[in-house]
Amino acid sequence: MSLTQQPAFGVYVHWPFCLSKCPYCDFNSHVRHGGIDEARYIKAFESEIAATAQRVPGREVSTIFFGGGTPSLMQPSTVQAILDAIAKHWTVARGVEVTLEANPTSVDATRFRGYRAAGVNRVSLGVQALNDASLKELGRLHSTQEALDAVAVARSIFDRYSFDLIYARPKQTTQAWAEELKRAISEAAEHLSLYQLTIEPETPFYALQKSRKLVIPDEDLGRDLYDITQEICAQAGLPAYEVSNHARPGSECRHNLVYWRAHEYAGIGPGAHGRLDIDGVRQATATEKRPEAWLMRVESLGHGLITDDSLTREEQADEFLLMGLRLTEGIDPKRYETLTGRTLDPKRVSILHEEGALETMPDGRLRVTQIGFPVLDAVVADLAA
Amino acid sequence: MTSAPIQNIRNFSIVAHIDHGKSTLADRLIQLTGGLSDREMVGKEQVLDSMDIERERGITIKAQTVRLKYHAKDGKDYILNLMDTPGHVDFAYEVNRSLAACEGSLLVVDASQGVEAQTLANVYHALDAGHEIVPVLNKIDLPAAEPEKIKQQIEDVIGLDASNAIMISAKTGIGIPDVLEAIVTRLPPPKGDRNATLKALLVDSWYDAYLGVVVLVRIVDGVLKKGQRIRMMGIDAAYEVDRTGVFTPKLTIVDELGPGEIGMLTASIKEVADTRVGDTITDERNPIDEPLPGFRPAIPVVFCGLFPVDAAQFEDLRAAMGKLRLNDASFSYEMETSAALGFGFRCGFLGLLHLEIIQERLEREFNLDLIATAPSVIYKMKLRDGTEMEIHNPVDMPDVMKILEIEEPWIEATILTPDEYLGSVLKLCQDRRGVQKELTYVGARAMVKYDLPLNEVVFDFYDRLKSVSKGYASFDYHLTDYKVADLVKMQILVNDEAVDALSMLVHKTRADARGRGMVEKLKELIPPHMFQVPIQAAIGGKIIARETVRAMRKDVTAKCYGGDATRKRKLLDKQKKGKKRMRQFGKVEIPQEAFIAALKVDT
Repeated sequence: MSLTQQPAFGVYVHWPFCLSKCPYCDFNSHVRHGGIDEARYIKAFESEIAATAQRVPGREVSTIFFGGGTPSLMQPSTVQAILDAIAKHWTVARGVEVTLEANPTSVDATRFRGYRAAGVNRVSLGVQALNDASLKELGRLHSTQEALDAVAVARSIFDRYSFDLIYARPKQTTQAWAEELKRAISEAAEHLSLYQLTIEPETPFYALQKSRKLVIPDEDLGRDLYDITQEICAQAGLPAYEVSNHARPGSECRHNLVYWRAHEYAGIGPGAHGRLDIDGVRQATATEKRPEAWLMRVESLGHGLITDDSLTREEQADEFLLMGLRLTEGIDPKRYETLTGRTLDPKRVSILHEEGALETMPDGRLRVTQIGFPVLDAVVADLAA
Repeated sequence: MTSAPIQNIRNFSIVAHIDHGKSTLADRLIQLTGGLSDREMVGKEQVLDSMDIERERGITIKAQTVRLKYHAKDGKDYILNLMDTPGHVDFAYEVNRSLAACEGSLLVVDASQGVEAQTLANVYHALDAGHEIVPVLNKIDLPAAEPEKIKQQIEDVIGLDASNAIMISAKTGIGIPDVLEAIVTRLPPPKGDRNATLKALLVDSWYDAYLGVVVLVRIVDGVLKKGQRIRMMGIDAAYEVDRTGVFTPKLTIVDELGPGEIGMLTASIKEVADTRVGDTITDERNPIDEPLPGFRPAIPVVFCGLFPVDAAQFEDLRAAMGKLRLNDASFSYEMETSAALGFGFRCGFLGLLHLEIIQERLEREFNLDLIATAPSVIYKMKLRDGTEMEIHNPVDMPDVMKILEIEEPWIEATILTPDEYLGSVLKLCQDRRGVQKELTYVGARAMVKYDLPLNEVVFDFYDRLKSVSKGYASFDYHLTDYKVADLVKMQILVNDEAVDALSMLVHKTRADARGRGMVEKLKELIPPHMFQVPIQAAIGGKIIARETVRAMRKDVTAKCYGGDATRKRKLLDKQKKGKKRMRQFGKVEIPQEAFIAALKVDT
């Protein structure tokens, strides 16, 4: 039985604080100079976990992910308390994957042992670049050497670790990126996340780009950078299993697969999103984003939910395509039919086949090809239309 | 209430260019004679232009009438019937029939702008109809007004004595009493015999939700009464009159309409199409022998396909067209199927403005999204086998080998322009295969007459004229004849397939420029696909222009996790809606804007 068929239930925990905001980041992160009352947050996390478990009781948790923000700013005891609460309200599967995102600084690395003791078995490090000038431009607080040292600490403590790099950075050439990527691969073990720099609205980079003070690679160079990334990683035995994620086969991030395979996940903490199946209907949930407002909500209501929408079949179908086609394993058209009550437009599918952007596997799965991935958003729009 | 004595009736219309103040003057006349209270006038500028489009564009589309009661300086009471007429060339037909119902006209000219091409055309129509004409200079309160100069212009250009032109400002009310007095003293009363048998002109008809079909008539001889059996001579149908009435401008029911009067009747007529404008109405029991001279019926001269953007709206479009047609018999439609656009209608219009107005009304009043194909005119084809046919859709064009010759319609255009834009105007006309017939100066304004092929005019001519003259040139035309022309069918191929909705007949000498313009425009409008999309213009098998939409190279969201699903789904939903506005043509999606904008190529 493949991984896809296994029921999976993920828990996402959001820690919304950073030491500083990076100019490209549009995530829900906040800088608080006055320190954070972690004990108060622990209580709130416990309440929200309890409330969520009441809505979806009896689940077996297969993955847990601490994201942010910067979760490696949490005390290990906080992580421990949250994991305890999850175990108290749900069953935790044997072999559960517990990932924590960490900044690759020496200070954060001092807590790695504590996280491991608390139950974390995988870390994902935000290295972002192996080039000091780029790190500075990206607003990162660490140097290349510091990042590599943190990777070494992670390697010595955790069986599984991954790190992120951002490419298609301003003025980056294919040659420079190829060298940087090869160096990264030599430091990697089983998993790498490689994201093309995307300028998000309402970020400092957005304003800089608008005033032309920031110029990022154009579509053609972006494509070339994408292509050499695929080539180099595949040669190194780290093929893409998702648009921006590479792993040795079997070492994929199981938590993120939960999203892409449209399984169930609970979102805990400020600004966390969830997808819960309740009475046969898929609910899209989201919590209050501002940390203090979320705290007050949880303390008075027991949860921080501000969105709890039932998805229509069409919305579910759209999400299924949007997320599922990001994976090289593709989607099962039969599951699409079950979810939506309709079939994919055969004319659209056949045009995409003809273009070589889509292929049907012997087992009936539909997947995007190497030709289709660089233009995946257009492929998805075609199929969803 | 019996009908008024004929010597106390004055029937008049107002001839004016758009914006020269015709509707404002009409409002003032209504106000001063007490037709509507001040309260009813408030907030309702231009009482007679009742459609939104009429008010917004400052034009009159449907003829309307209003009866005013006026106590003149001679101590007598008069009935003044004002026929409000359309000012635009497309509606020349409606102008003519309105003029035929009157004995005189006010020629309203903006005292700073002077005579415009449409004014000229309409004043000639009025003279042809035997009208007395009273020149009125409007907007004399504006600093730019040059009444003496404009008077001279009226004399030079039109050949009318303007020495006793009335000076007014319709906006402020200056001179309006003089206008009323001039209508009584300077325009003749109608002629007619009350004791003769009924003879009336059918001026207009429209559908009213409460009254059914309303027929506007001008009584020539005799009396029209409720209960009377009437006969419409042209269509040979008989009806019994239910009501007779006049518009003051509110509808007022009257017992009868006598000679010289303008009013309405209803008679359980089912559809507007059951009446014919210009028809003669007589008494069924005692009919007259000779009908009034008729008008040339309104014939569509411009055609285009109208298709719903969303194919699901086809039935809605059909219903909407049916409703519009109820009140506008000059517009025609029949079902059409296009490989590119699916089901729609081939529609005929009186002109380009008429086309625009119908399209706009369909979109606004019926909430439809439409794609219009290239406007076409009626071509006459003589085939080698001796047969002849008329073509108003390039798709229907027979094989070139079968065609002996093609004839296209020509017009005579009159253009008035300030001197500084004359060069550009002449160039535009030359570029459009025009043949200059006349060039005269009136002060600083030039008047040119050109013979032009209508197919060059329907294609963006008016927009170009306005743009090269910064909006100052005015334009009027009438159809003259058909001439043999060296026309070819140009096709547009997208991804090697001909898009029927973009094909057109074009003159051989103009094909290259038009083809290049079209493919360049389409290149901008067709979004990148996963593959290269060649766009070609072709005549027969020969490619005359080519552009390529480059293939999309990268379009993929780098990061997409659980927290992004909602946001990305909403973006996808928007994209899906955008795709609904595109037409899948083979493997290529063509946005609806492409069909419209490709026809506005600057060549």
